[in-house]
Amino acid sequence: MNTSSRIRLSEFAVEALVRVAGFSTIGFVLLIFLFLLREGIPVFLQVPLDNLFGTRWYPTFDFFGTLPLILGSLLITFSAIVIALPLGVAAAVFVREVAPNWAREILKPMIEVLAGIPSVVLGFFGMSLVAPLIRTTLGVPTGLTAFTGALILAYMALPTLISVAEDALDSVPKSYRDASLAMGATQWQTIWRVVVPAARSGILTAVMLGMGRAIGETMAVMMVTGNAARMPTTLDSLFRPVRTMTATVAAEMGEVAQGSTHYHALFGIGIILFLITFLINLAAASAIFQKRRRGGLR
Amino acid sequence: MMLGILAHKPANMNTARRYAVQRLGFGVLILASLLVVAPILFVIGAIIARGVGAINWEFLTAMPRDGMKAGGIFPAIVGTLLLTLGTALVAIPFGVGGAIYLAEYARDTWLTRAIRLAIVNLAGIPSVVYGLFGLGLFVLFLGFGTSIVAGSLTLAIMTLPVIISTSEEALRSVPVEFRTVSASLGGTRWQGIRNIVLPQALPGIITGVILGLLRAGGETAPILFTVAAFFLPRLPQSPLDQTMALPYHLYVISTQVPGMPAEIQYGTALVLLALVLSLNVVATVIRSYFRRKRQW
Amino acid sequence: MNQPTIQPTNQPTNPKIRIEHVSYTYDDKTVLRDVTLAVPAHAVTVFLGPAGSGKSTLLRLINRLNDVLDHTRLDGRIFLDDQDIYARGVAVSDLRRRVGMVFALPLPLPGTIRENILYGPRLAGLRDRGRQEEIVVRCLTQAALWDEVKDRLDSPAVSMSGGQQQRLCIARSLALEPEVLLLDEPTSGLDPISTSKVEESLFELKQQYTIIIVPHSVQQAARVADHAAFFLTGELVEYRPGRELFTAPRDRRTEDYITGRFG
Repeated sequence: MNTSSRIRLSEFAVEALVRVAGFSTIGFVLLIFLFLLREGIPVFLQVPLDNLFGTRWYPTFDFFGTLPLILGSLLITFSAIVIALPLGVAAAVFVREVAPNWAREILKPMIEVLAGIPSVVLGFFGMSLVAPLIRTTLGVPTGLTAFTGALILAYMALPTLISVAEDALDSVPKSYRDASLAMGATQWQTIWRVVVPAARSGILTAVMLGMGRAIGETMAVMMVTGNAARMPTTLDSLFRPVRTMTATVAAEMGEVAQGSTHYHALFGIGIILFLITFLINLAAASAIFQKRRRGGLR
Repeated sequence: MMLGILAHKPANMNTARRYAVQRLGFGVLILASLLVVAPILFVIGAIIARGVGAINWEFLTAMPRDGMKAGGIFPAIVGTLLLTLGTALVAIPFGVGGAIYLAEYARDTWLTRAIRLAIVNLAGIPSVVYGLFGLGLFVLFLGFGTSIVAGSLTLAIMTLPVIISTSEEALRSVPVEFRTVSASLGGTRWQGIRNIVLPQALPGIITGVILGLLRAGGETAPILFTVAAFFLPRLPQSPLDQTMALPYHLYVISTQVPGMPAEIQYGTALVLLALVLSLNVVATVIRSYFRRKRQW
Repeated sequence: MNQPTIQPTNQPTNPKIRIEHVSYTYDDKTVLRDVTLAVPAHAVTVFLGPAGSGKSTLLRLINRLNDVLDHTRLDGRIFLDDQDIYARGVAVSDLRRRVGMVFALPLPLPGTIRENILYGPRLAGLRDRGRQEEIVVRCLTQAALWDEVKDRLDSPAVSMSGGQQQRLCIARSLALEPEVLLLDEPTSGLDPISTSKVEESLFELKQQYTIIIVPHSVQQAARVADHAAFFLTGELVEYRPGRELFTAPRDRRTEDYITGRFG
């Protein structure tokens, strides 16, 4: 029949098209990695490893030590998580377990708004309002410090952290709560001793995803951390300028000659960033997938 | 209710103490939530208060003058709109198509898991790495140069995971029974999707697409080396032209131009923020309106 | 439990559907084990059994509705008019137009009453307004719903009562003029009055259609069955004319079930 064969053809065509769209995502990940390698591999051939992982980043003088950049990224990422974790978990617990409806109706959209603010706007806000505040209150020479970056980053990581933590709390069976309350525990004891511990693996996933987000953040960090490529190994490093991997790439790529060692070095940093975030997300994803394993039915 | 009864028995010190701890605990939770929300209000309030003075017709519709220290930000606004449009053209078909594949067609195989893994990783790749990738592939290898095309493609790939995840969720929230009923009435899989599932999931998909495109429109790092012009007091003439863009413009005038009047900086930040947040609200309203209206 | 599958004792002369040695596993769990039976045309055949006996699964297999599930395995063959419905090259949507299905819960599609009825015919390419109108009237009448809804065909289907919705679902599957009608506990959510209306319509419908029903109670099964098959843990225990099975079951397990000793 004519209609029937036409239907069969469109059925086939549609499935082929959406399949291509689905599989394109794998293609894009591979393509990204391929082009990072293509442009970044030369630096590993041109510059000796002890220089590449040395402590000095002065590309003009052929020092390509990425260590201060890596440590800078790690410093503000961890500091950001230290700030964001208690705030985020507390806010998620409040929203899920305690808050009256009206408070939830205000909090949830506010957090979505935070997620929607472009990073360059937060960076601008950080450099023009937060940094002066930090300079005067802490009495440091400049407000553009690792701490300023960590503070801004913490707030940028919060939406991810809160929503994943909320899901984790949500997936704790209601029977746990009922059992605890029935034994005479207060609501607070139930939350603190039963619900939060039961959700901890989900909260850990939230922390990892927040970290992934933080380590890759570029504009805000570049605008508020002062960008001094020094080793953040002294005790006061948190309150001095620091420079991250992302900021280095963003700030310097515009000024390098294509094909120079410096150019390849920036792609080399891109490879490191790609691998770090890939591993973090792989870990977080496997945690999420494991939870879903038996629920694969449509 | 329990609380009232227990309050009459102060003899039970342990109980009284436990409720004191609970009050303290809840207090901490409320304080933390305030600490989350207050800075958000402060950011928005500060930018509105300091930027609103700069907003006038000229600021929105004129070219920049005097090394960007005067005049308007018209080319940056147009550039951002064009980039977002370009992103939409690529990201919507791939994103919604991919979501349809995952929600409606994909079976539980290792290849499907590989796609999910790829999406998670695309979502996690730092924006500046997308910039490097766009530079390597679109600008240099494919020879598009720094252009709207190169920037849009870069942003589209970056936006893909957002659109796929939200659209897939919207599709999956349509009850599975609708598909079964459609199939039992002789509908093919695609007929069921087109006639029943997609119309029901559309509000959710639109919301997801808007949110994804807003993210793209507000991004700076991916366009740094793929499109953005530092200063270009004219509108782009073709997709292969460079263009100014709002987020990059804000970065430039707040870090690269000495002696920039603060009001113009805040004004630019306000325009960007207003664009993004107002569309954000539109997306949220669409979602909640249809959620209340639907029949299942 | 391990005795060989009982062959149908009333092998009909003109079987509409033949199920031959069908076994089915889902996620490594055996749902059906070597089931063989033949369903006669123009009669009501009942698939009876406790929850988990595989009766609903068998019903869905006749319509190939489980095709989309992962991790399943089907052995054996199912014939509709001597055609293997799982054979390569069979258009599933054509099969489903010949075999209608009504589910346990009323599942109106989003849209109006009229749109629900016409969903199938429109997908099959019916554009003619007049024909569409005829179908709406005929199906609603056959499902004993016409008088109740004739004035509000364009109101949302979900605005009807549960019983009306379920009869709408029956009407909707009749719109395709199927040869076989499968009903999976079609009255499980309904009050007694709606239930008897649905059962009455079955008597009308069997003149024209071959009907297989998974009833929601033994009493209902006894009321409607021309033929009855009793399933237990995936096996066909007994399959005979309804009157015989309900009055003089041969297998002890069948007797236990229909007298309410388990299930």
